[in-house]
Amino acid sequence: MSDHHEHPVALSKDGQSILFPSLPYDMHARAEAFIADEHIQTYVNRATLGRDNGRKAFTKQIFGDRHNDLRLLAGRIKQHTLDNLDYYLEQFIDNAEKSGAKVHFAADAKEANAICLDIARREKLTACVKSKSMVTEETHLVPELEAIGVEALETDLGEFILQIDNDAPSHIVTPMIHKDKTAVARAFVRELGAEYTEDPKELTTIARNYLRDKFRRADLGISGGNFLVAETGSVVICTNEGNGRFCTTAPRVHVAFVGIEKLVPTQMHLSVLLKLLAKHATAQPLTVYTHIMTGPKRAAEHDGPEQMHFILVDNGRTKILADPEYREALRCIRCGACLNACPVYRKTTGHAYGAVYSGPIGAVITPLFKGLENYKDLPNASSLCGACYEACPVKINLPELLIKLRRDMLSGRVTKWHERIMYKIGAIGLKSRFIYRVGGFFQRKMLRMLSKGGYIRKAPGPFKGWTIERDLPAPAAKDFRSWWKRHKS
Amino acid sequence: MKVSLFVTCLTDTFYPRVGEAVVRVLEHLGCEVDFPAAQTCCGQPMFNTGCHADARDLAKRMIDVFEQSEIVVTPSGSCCAMIRDYYHELLHDDPAYAERCTKFVKKTYEFAEFLLNVMKVDLKRQKCKWGGGADGNVPIKTTYHYSCHLRGLGMTNEAVRLLEQIGGIDYVPLNKTEQCCGFGGTFAVKYPEISGSMVRDKIGCVKDTGASVLVCNDGGCALNITGAMHRAGMPITTKHIAEIIAEGLGLMPMEQRREARQ
Ligand code: SF4
Repeated sequence: MSDHHEHPVALSKDGQSILFPSLPYDMHARAEAFIADEHIQTYVNRATLGRDNGRKAFTKQIFGDRHNDLRLLAGRIKQHTLDNLDYYLEQFIDNAEKSGAKVHFAADAKEANAICLDIARREKLTACVKSKSMVTEETHLVPELEAIGVEALETDLGEFILQIDNDAPSHIVTPMIHKDKTAVARAFVRELGAEYTEDPKELTTIARNYLRDKFRRADLGISGGNFLVAETGSVVICTNEGNGRFCTTAPRVHVAFVGIEKLVPTQMHLSVLLKLLAKHATAQPLTVYTHIMTGPKRAAEHDGPEQMHFILVDNGRTKILADPEYREALRCIRCGACLNACPVYRKTTGHAYGAVYSGPIGAVITPLFKGLENYKDLPNASSLCGACYEACPVKINLPELLIKLRRDMLSGRVTKWHERIMYKIGAIGLKSRFIYRVGGFFQRKMLRMLSKGGYIRKAPGPFKGWTIERDLPAPAAKDFRSWWKRHKS
Repeated sequence: MKVSLFVTCLTDTFYPRVGEAVVRVLEHLGCEVDFPAAQTCCGQPMFNTGCHADARDLAKRMIDVFEQSEIVVTPSGSCCAMIRDYYHELLHDDPAYAERCTKFVKKTYEFAEFLLNVMKVDLKRQKCKWGGGADGNVPIKTTYHYSCHLRGLGMTNEAVRLLEQIGGIDYVPLNKTEQCCGFGGTFAVKYPEISGSMVRDKIGCVKDTGASVLVCNDGGCALNITGAMHRAGMPITTKHIAEIIAEGLGLMPMEQRREARQ
């Protein structure tokens, strides 16, 4: 991918494009920078913790002990759809076309954007309003639209602010989680000529007035899609601001960018997933606007687009689908619960992941999309605490998938050789009772020699990383076995 | 009841006293305890780093070593979780081990879980007291770190329930209870900036409780949190629940830093 041409916006602290850094990506520097930023730490922590606690309390209150059953069911629905994706795709295309929509298929980001640009050119569209969509982030659509003279405006409030601030989303549900109202106020003064205010209500009013005018003039509306229903050929979008409705109703042409994994078989299955989505994302009963659209405006109808296009995006998804071990990652309904639950995400924030999708799910799918050798840090930078697995409404076993990626990195020799040798030596030591004891004896001796007052302040070799941040308690003088021998005699 | 102890490699090396406490408590409760000497490690470090062939060998080794045991108890939640969550996956298509693996997994318990669910202990009736003062009744503020791997075992508050049965313990819950301390094996060494920031957050929560004792039932978490508290100069004692019970029942002497507890 010619990254430079396709992804010209948004610079991060290290002078690289935030979501499309040059590869291979090194996480350390960025993670460190965000961890050192006390400001960001405070509000990302507050926001994620709040959401996480909200989710736990709310799902418990609503579902009680049945919550796990519901997650199992949802996971099974998605897994079944993925296992039979060709069938449901065909059914979807048939029904969508019957309803008057046009369905396109894009193998990668470039193709997806090209299809959209073609439509814009052919229909002579000049003003686009866009609802939040992670897939269009993935394909990096907006700069391409602008390059052919289509004015493209993000209308989700968070995305809008990021757009005018030349920034990129750092959370899949709350794109602006890393920004506070001071940053918003400044951007509004600078870019919109507004009066300085930090009052959220006034800020929203400023944005609303600005956006209303754009909605009136737009002839192209672009959306993502939370789900596609095969049975009816519909797309479902869930938003809290109503901007999605405007984008898909007011303009003459509606284009929906949706990943092929977003399919569900029927409305009934959809209802199960909708039950879970908002509760896991934002601890709401439902998102404020749950919009199910089937086909463009019909003859007798007043509202709605004259044309409706679906761009079904592959962009690496069939590759994941082909691997039975990783396929379950495609169940993801992008609720963001795993991001909020993840202690690593809380510390590093989304931009440290160097890709469109952050958090635990990002750590799994980014290397699968873009190559393990390009994102070596993501599967490793996790304590495997399991909070993400517990949070996930479709029960994707994220820690296990991370471990599998580590396994593949080892066997594919992506892991450095000295690390591989160290693991080998460790394994040999643990497999023999004799070496375990002798090795343990010397390890204890050595570490005790380095310690002062029961702690080691600066350890060598493999323990070095440890003592950068904390002391290492010294091992006991005698191991448990020695005590056991005495105890038994 | 016959119980075999799986002491785990970290406890063996860093916290042998925890192993001793487990033995003393189990014996006190009438169990006949043995210690299969050929045991080494459950293979979790190998599995987590992706060395699955080695992890498989170690899993088989564990199954061999504990073949004769009726029940296996371990003081470490994360090793128990390794056995319960992943052994089956490692061995399910190995004809020689699949069935034995299922048996092994079924008979393996984490210590606190075993005490509550199998032994159904009532420490109140046993007059277990761990407070300050001459009779052990002066309350000591104590908090508890929930180790992440207990999640996999379906454990939530077992240790707290035990603590609440012990006299002289004034239990104060930790903020952000379920947030990981940042240990994660090689993670702590490979990503010290992230891991360090996580453990500092955790010890901040410990400090906020005002407790003088932290109960932590996992060797990895204990190394991480104690090490961070030491670096930060926080005079807080870290203990395994088995030590508190053994000391509270008078089976072991009250350990060092008694003054910090009074
Ligand atoms: S992996 Fe699960 S928890 Fe994470 S965003 Fe996807 S559905 Fe939500």
